Amino acid sequence: MQLLEFDVAHLLAGGMVVLSLLLLYQDRITATLNVFALQAIVLSLAVAWQAYAQGAMHLMVTAGIALVMKGIVIPTALHRIVRRLNIHREIEQVIGGGPTMLTGLGLIALSIMLVMPVGGSVSALAREDLAFALAVILLGLLMMITRRNAVTQIIGFMSLENGLVLAATGAKGMPLVVEISVAFSILIAFSVFGIFIFRIRERFDTVDLSAMDRFRGERAGQP
Amino acid sequence: MALIYDFLAQGVQVAIVLMIAPLVLGVTRKVRARLLRRVGPPLLQPYSDLWKLMHKEAVLAHNASWVYRVAPYAMFAATWVAAGLVPTYAHSLVFSWAADLIAIVALLGTARFALALAGLDVGTAFGGIGSSREMLIASLAEPAMLLVAFTVALIAGTTQLSAVAYHMMTSEVGLRVSLGLGLFAFVMIAIAENARIPIDNPATHLELTMVHEAMILEYSGRHLAMVEAAAALKLTLYFSLLICMFIPFGLAPAGAPLPALALGMAAYLGKVLVLAVLLPIGETAVAKMRVFRYPVFIGSAFAAAVLAVFLLFVSQRF
Repeated sequence: MQLLEFDVAHLLAGGMVVLSLLLLYQDRITATLNVFALQAIVLSLAVAWQAYAQGAMHLMVTAGIALVMKGIVIPTALHRIVRRLNIHREIEQVIGGGPTMLTGLGLIALSIMLVMPVGGSVSALAREDLAFALAVILLGLLMMITRRNAVTQIIGFMSLENGLVLAATGAKGMPLVVEISVAFSILIAFSVFGIFIFRIRERFDTVDLSAMDRFRGERAGQP
Repeated sequence: MALIYDFLAQGVQVAIVLMIAPLVLGVTRKVRARLLRRVGPPLLQPYSDLWKLMHKEAVLAHNASWVYRVAPYAMFAATWVAAGLVPTYAHSLVFSWAADLIAIVALLGTARFALALAGLDVGTAFGGIGSSREMLIASLAEPAMLLVAFTVALIAGTTQLSAVAYHMMTSEVGLRVSLGLGLFAFVMIAIAENARIPIDNPATHLELTMVHEAMILEYSGRHLAMVEAAAALKLTLYFSLLICMFIPFGLAPAGAPLPALALGMAAYLGKVLVLAVLLPIGETAVAKMRVFRYPVFIGSAFAAAVLAVFLLFVSQRF
């Protein structure tokens, strides 16, 4: 039973890391959104399994929040935004596809190497969850760095937050209040982002953030 | 007496892969043709082709060296040895100690090296471009293949295929995301290595897209027969590897009575048939890739294989 618990948790958390890497690799915006929604669904499954494994039923609420908010509401809203901005067919130039993937793999290795040596005081389940959560967080950060489009940067931020939730549920005794407040702050951040995207669009006629560099005068020499 | 039986069992395995290889190719071609609503060649056409080629005169270019003449045989021999070693219907056969995953990767590498040399030997433009592309694919696919081997080896504790199959079949392997990733990577590598559709079209002679065909363009007669037989064997070899590593159920132990061995053989042939039907279905669903997209395709196989090893590393330390 212990083994099965670990195996399923490993499968779900590992699946999240795989999806994070897949996010890094996608170059179509709608496909990125779909992968993000899938990751949120896997996250809610992982959290629900943790709730079952730890016997902490309040985590089920977290799983429900993750499923509804990040699996359904936010992807749907982003799909709408992308459609209204008329960029849903755009193929984004991912900066250095190959090197980015290699960096991502390196980050996963780094997070595993960082977390695994932690001593025997932590249960294997929590340790493994923490390693994968750190990997998801780092991959989300990497995605925010390598993308130019505002929408995909937001997705990077959201997937980073997925990693945070995974880490939080892996550790025992996370109060529900914190979960809920995190979920709401994400929602608020999302709506702020949404307004920002439209402002950027109005101002610069594009959501490609490299256009803003020009206005800061960093690439003055270039046309 | 027991020794004779042992050698006989191994001999059957070596013979069976050679015998079914053209048939496997015939099945994939037939299914593909039917999916495209064509009648397609008869199932036994590859045998007839080989027969015909064996009886035709072999034409050599004026500047062909001995490398050109030896390469098809070397390639065929290396591929056949590799294919004969992979456990098909029974595990723990006499030569199972030699059926090492890394040894098989090396044998395939040797065969590929011979083919690439032959492509360069005559000095035509097509041969050169084919060889260079083949090497590009190989340099990306081989690390990924080795990583898949490591994944399987970490789970089973050995790289010996017979032991791997036995381990996967009997012990409680459990739910492993690594095995899924490994399978995904392996399928992509197999597609790339066998010159199947997203990477290379085995039926084309269009200059811009040829890889495998470009290298063997100058071959004729018995040399071409050897090359074609080696290509067919390689496909069967990859099917056998997939079956042996990921779906080895039904495998009989070496010294089993005849009915058990027959059952193992039936299971093997059935699984090969299923794979031979699935491959063209997958092929008709996708379009051929541009050459510059190969690194992305095989690179994702590499990424999946690396991830498989990493995730395994986490789960190993309880």
